[in-house]
Amino acid sequence: MSQIVIANRLRDGLVVFLGNEKQWVVQVQDCSPASDETHAAELLAVAEAAEANQEIVGASLIEVEMREGVLTPIKMREAIRALGPTIRKDLGKQAGN
Amino acid sequence: MYRYDEFDQALVTQRAKQFARQVERRLAGELTEDQFLPLRLKNGLYLQLHAYMLRINVPYGVLSSRQLRKLAHIARTYDKDYGHWTTRQNMQFNWIRLEDMPEILLELASVEMHGIQSSGNCIRNTTADEYAGVAADEVEDPRVYCEIIRQWSSLHPEFSYLPRKFKIAVTGSDNDRAAVKVHDIGLRLYRNEAGEAGFEVFVGGGLGRTPFVGESIRAFLPTRDLLSYCEAILRIYNQLGRRDNKYKARIKILVHEMGLDEFGRQVEEEWERIREGALTLPDEEIERIRTHFEPPPYESLPAESAAYLAKRTQNQDFATWADQQLADHKQPGYAIVNVSCTPIGRAPGDISSGQMEVMADLADRFSFGELRVTHNQNLVLTDVRQEDVFTLWEALISAGLATANHGLISDTICCPGLDYCSLANARSIPLAEKLSARVADTSRQQEIGEIYVNMSGCINACGHHHVGNIGIVGVDKKNSELYQLMLGGSAEADASLGKILGPGFDEDGIIDAIERIVDAYVSLREDGERFIETYRRLGPAPFKEAAYDGTTQGR
Ligand code: SF4
Repeated sequence: MSQIVIANRLRDGLVVFLGNEKQWVVQVQDCSPASDETHAAELLAVAEAAEANQEIVGASLIEVEMREGVLTPIKMREAIRALGPTIRKDLGKQAGN
Repeated sequence: MYRYDEFDQALVTQRAKQFARQVERRLAGELTEDQFLPLRLKNGLYLQLHAYMLRINVPYGVLSSRQLRKLAHIARTYDKDYGHWTTRQNMQFNWIRLEDMPEILLELASVEMHGIQSSGNCIRNTTADEYAGVAADEVEDPRVYCEIIRQWSSLHPEFSYLPRKFKIAVTGSDNDRAAVKVHDIGLRLYRNEAGEAGFEVFVGGGLGRTPFVGESIRAFLPTRDLLSYCEAILRIYNQLGRRDNKYKARIKILVHEMGLDEFGRQVEEEWERIREGALTLPDEEIERIRTHFEPPPYESLPAESAAYLAKRTQNQDFATWADQQLADHKQPGYAIVNVSCTPIGRAPGDISSGQMEVMADLADRFSFGELRVTHNQNLVLTDVRQEDVFTLWEALISAGLATANHGLISDTICCPGLDYCSLANARSIPLAEKLSARVADTSRQQEIGEIYVNMSGCINACGHHHVGNIGIVGVDKKNSELYQLMLGGSAEADASLGKILGPGFDEDGIIDAIERIVDAYVSLREDGERFIETYRRLGPAPFKEAAYDGTTQGR
């Protein structure tokens, strides 16, 4: 099961993900998921450090899968966070803003 | 409308500056989220799915054009060019950056606005009839008492840490447009046989996980005793209300568990102790507040404007819109104009910055610079000369605000749901959009007649689903959205709670089911019968049969 870390950035609340280089990225596509629990725990430890450092808020591990070649959170709630409101395709990450 | 005095202004500005300092500390890493959370909630700032969300109070729904222009400016400068009217007559912005909060609060303070007590376990914004002060059927102006309640409940030290949030609503008419029976305290303003103004007091109403219709705790409360009586209720609740479980902490549970008689007895006992004290409202004080709500300088006009009537005959679209959106004004020659912010196929209650500016301009041109926000997430211009209505309508068309659906099936109440809200189980806005697109045709909607459809994305019921004639609530079933359908709710004077009809539906299924229910109603109704009346006459059986008939089976 693949997992990534999702959080909100402190200063603007923007949804962010923990990327490959342990940096925070705004597009889910820019991170490579942890495929085992050890790796996932490592990611979470990095996120918790960032949270303690007051960079982000509410970090958590979420499950993702590839859907038609696109990395997508499995739960609808997180999928909406990763894209933006389903009723405003002109807003949020799906619109690049 | 009420204008801040120097003390109000100093306080709000000071609070904005104080919170700005806390934001700075948070951004500098001096405060943790746990430490900051109670501070931001005290200022109406939430963290939602996509960003911070700011809720701004519109006291009892009364808004000046100047304030609305400021909201437009904030939406454009600090948000994504739109805002959202809530069912508590407030405004929410969905995409707020924490680092902008200090500026935003100062901007708001400059027009006498803020987010204090729009969140948390305190007395929230008191809501009122959106036609307050102008309705032809009004007995007394509820704004006067809402303002008195606002002043008393603002930063009330004893009630700043209640077991749970607390909501008060006031109606000044027998046609309850403020849903007073589903509030923690509901106040119905009327005149007794001696001609004295007073309140019937309802207590313990509320929606959410365990809905109740409020019960009458006092048949007549003289206006002078309003605050002492409310204080007695709040004091008993504050002391005895459960604090062990947030789902059992509202006053409705206390009243239910204690019984209305015992609760009422304790309230009366406390009230006897304090009623002649400092909270008694002398007539002069009520009159002083009333001066803030003096009627605007109306012209004396004939009861019916010939120009207006002529336009109606010339233009069928205008007549259709006017039939739906206008309400009777107490002043001859004037009309109350409902402006729909729930257009066909769009999110109920959303309004763009541009539309806010248009509405502010139209309020200045046609309605003495004042507007109302309704709990149905729409706007009202309260004081429009009938002869101006046609010009107003043309301007509304250009701004995309001329939907004719007031009180019709597409004029849904709908919470933000899973598209924005972090507590949601399911989306609600797409349902509202699909339902209104399905029934878009105005003449079809008018033929169906008055029907209220309310939707919430979870059990918390911000979309008032229990009191919709048709109510929908989203649940999460194994990561797919499932919608439960309830029928028979009403938020009017004869309030009732809807009952779940049967198994839930998926998104398309529920729209089909509503359509079949409405078709069944149209074929079963007697002359002039509204949906709720037919439902009450026949009970759920024929509607259940209709809902679960056909190919889309409920699940
Ligand atoms: S009803 Fe639920 S989903 Fe809707 S706004 Fe309230 S908490 Fe959020």
